[in-house]
Amino acid sequence: MARTLSFQQAINEALDQEMSRDESVIVMGEDVVGGQGADGEMDAWGGVLGVTKGLYGKHGDRVMDTPISESAFIGAAIGAASSGSRPVVELMFNDFLGVCFDQIFNQAAKFRYMFGGKAKTPVVIRTMIGSGFRAAAQHSQSLYSLFTHIPGLKCVVPATPYDAKGLLIEAIRDDDPVIFFEHKKLYPLEGEVPQELYTIPFGEAEVVREGGDTTIVTLAEMVHESLQAAEALAADGVECEVIDLRTTSPLDRETILESVEATGRVVVVDEANPRCSMATDIAALIAQEAFGALKAPIQMVTAPHTPVPFADNLEDLYKPNASKIAAAVRSVVEYQAWETASRS
Amino acid sequence: MGNGIQKLIMPKWGLSMTQGKVVEWLVAEGSVVSAGNHLVEVETDKIVGGVESPAAGTLRRQVASPGMELPVGSLLGVLADPTVPEDEIDRFIEAFLPDSSAEEQADDTPQDDFVDVGGRRLRYLKMGESGCPAILLHGFTGNLDNWLFNHATLAQDRSVYALDLPGHGQSSKDVGEGTVPALATMVLAWMDQLELRQAHLIGHSLGGSIALQCALQAAPRVRSCTLLAPAGLGREINAEYLRGIVEAGRRKELKHHLQQLYADPDRVTRQMTDDVLRYKRLDGVPTALGLLRDGLLVNEEQAHVSRDRLTVLEAPALVLWGEQDAIVPAAHSHDLPDHFEVERYADCGHMVQMEMASSVNRRVTDFLARIDALE
Repeated sequence: MARTLSFQQAINEALDQEMSRDESVIVMGEDVVGGQGADGEMDAWGGVLGVTKGLYGKHGDRVMDTPISESAFIGAAIGAASSGSRPVVELMFNDFLGVCFDQIFNQAAKFRYMFGGKAKTPVVIRTMIGSGFRAAAQHSQSLYSLFTHIPGLKCVVPATPYDAKGLLIEAIRDDDPVIFFEHKKLYPLEGEVPQELYTIPFGEAEVVREGGDTTIVTLAEMVHESLQAAEALAADGVECEVIDLRTTSPLDRETILESVEATGRVVVVDEANPRCSMATDIAALIAQEAFGALKAPIQMVTAPHTPVPFADNLEDLYKPNASKIAAAVRSVVEYQAWETASRS
Repeated sequence: MGNGIQKLIMPKWGLSMTQGKVVEWLVAEGSVVSAGNHLVEVETDKIVGGVESPAAGTLRRQVASPGMELPVGSLLGVLADPTVPEDEIDRFIEAFLPDSSAEEQADDTPQDDFVDVGGRRLRYLKMGESGCPAILLHGFTGNLDNWLFNHATLAQDRSVYALDLPGHGQSSKDVGEGTVPALATMVLAWMDQLELRQAHLIGHSLGGSIALQCALQAAPRVRSCTLLAPAGLGREINAEYLRGIVEAGRRKELKHHLQQLYADPDRVTRQMTDDVLRYKRLDGVPTALGLLRDGLLVNEEQAHVSRDRLTVLEAPALVLWGEQDAIVPAAHSHDLPDHFEVERYADCGHMVQMEMASSVNRRVTDFLARIDALE
């Protein structure tokens, strides 16, 4: 009956099935074949966390190990994409994307625009995000807002195995550059995933829980923390609507605004740092487009404006969680406009 | 079960149901009820439905309260004769083991199966053994889950197969030319593959039209036809619905279209809409649905109408229809040949087998038993 796969297996299956379906799909990146250039079975490892395991055995040289030179292989993937291939290139941690900003921001993102729509760049850059892995400041960031800022890039941030497969297939078939952010804490998460190929359109947020009191807008691992908070709040009679953005570019403005217009209260939950972030972007959208509907100030639950700490206790403090989300929801539900007015 | 105490338990509707949420009681404590009456409304991740009384009696106790999420097999209520003392009912509730029956059910959950027929991989689910088999054929954009209220009940007397039609559910999305005769040929080929020489065909909507076509095309293979709100008996059809369901890309539009299927639009749950949306996003489905729609419609009317051939139909036929059907008009059930049995349900839409599950199950069980007895 309904088959379950982990988030990680769902990504692997999407790559495998798309490579089988379309000869032009290639996979490249550090250690995506076997790692370390050691003897023995080449695809024994399949990437630093084993996401591409088994692909080399099935698809051979269309799965390519690259040197540890991000600027070179991201550039190569973009070049291949602009000349007929559909590369899915893995850049282990999104923290390292900094060394290839020119290739991504100035080349891939601009080709279609600057060549008058005559060029396409169907490249997918897969990369890991997320804190909570005890991986310190250089391997734990969530940088999707940097890429969302750039016109010409599409940004995908899935939260479930079903979405991971459908959105990755959509990304591979899309003719524009797509940055596909995988939260490493989600890899073991299990969920129902159809065996067949399917796609999920970009720019369609998912209402993962319906409720009339407060809207929680969130993404990636925070979807699950928000659902946990919503569950706890429901026991106290507070019903939250939880919206999983799924893609940050394009952004499903309609679903966000419709929900806020119905609830009048909103908490934006984002694991990333707070300045110039998805949280501020969504808060601005709501303030501009749904101001009249608001019954309380927009609340944001984010990481603080610091690097991700290495010390376990500090990293735990750094990260938003269900109890911080529940507290923020309570504050908007209990907010009384007249109190503020009478105090001032 | 002494002294005529009857348990009302959380039913298992369909393969994937593990728990259900109590929505509301439809019958007050102390009410006298008949077997098959809907006593309490339960919401699953697929649908909202009424739980039927297992027997005639008095509803003595509502054990489950609205809002509770309970596993399959949990005690919902207790039926007993008014003479049974209260403390005996208390003891019955106390002694009830909530998970024993649920585990039992989980263990012998039937497994769906796949078979290759002419290059197409078709999925089906078989329940029950013995007897002249019956085959359930769902409607346009449906799947074998459309029979979740009927399959197990009908399978008490015989083996019953529910098929995912080509282009639907988890079957191959290749629908050939997508016409009713083409689909009927595929169903007959699937029957060959499973060595089903003869069967009762039970079809809903498009599935009804296919069942009828099978009976006209291969009379000896079809023991009887049960047609629920079938296509194929008249020209009129809600073409806007057919086009809408194919074209709708977002949940909200889709839900609007799906609600037309039921007399009570609240039956359409989020999950039901989601399941259809997810189905529509499978590779090959948009093409398949487009072909089927084009095969079903000509100038906003049904392309394939068998009405003028009904007199040559040898198989006995039962036609069941909801008066509130907004997809295929119930008027198509009028003026049928004499050997057609017809029943219409007043407060029922297009999804007859779901909306009137208990009545449909009784009527079909009775009909099939009578046909079997003819031999």
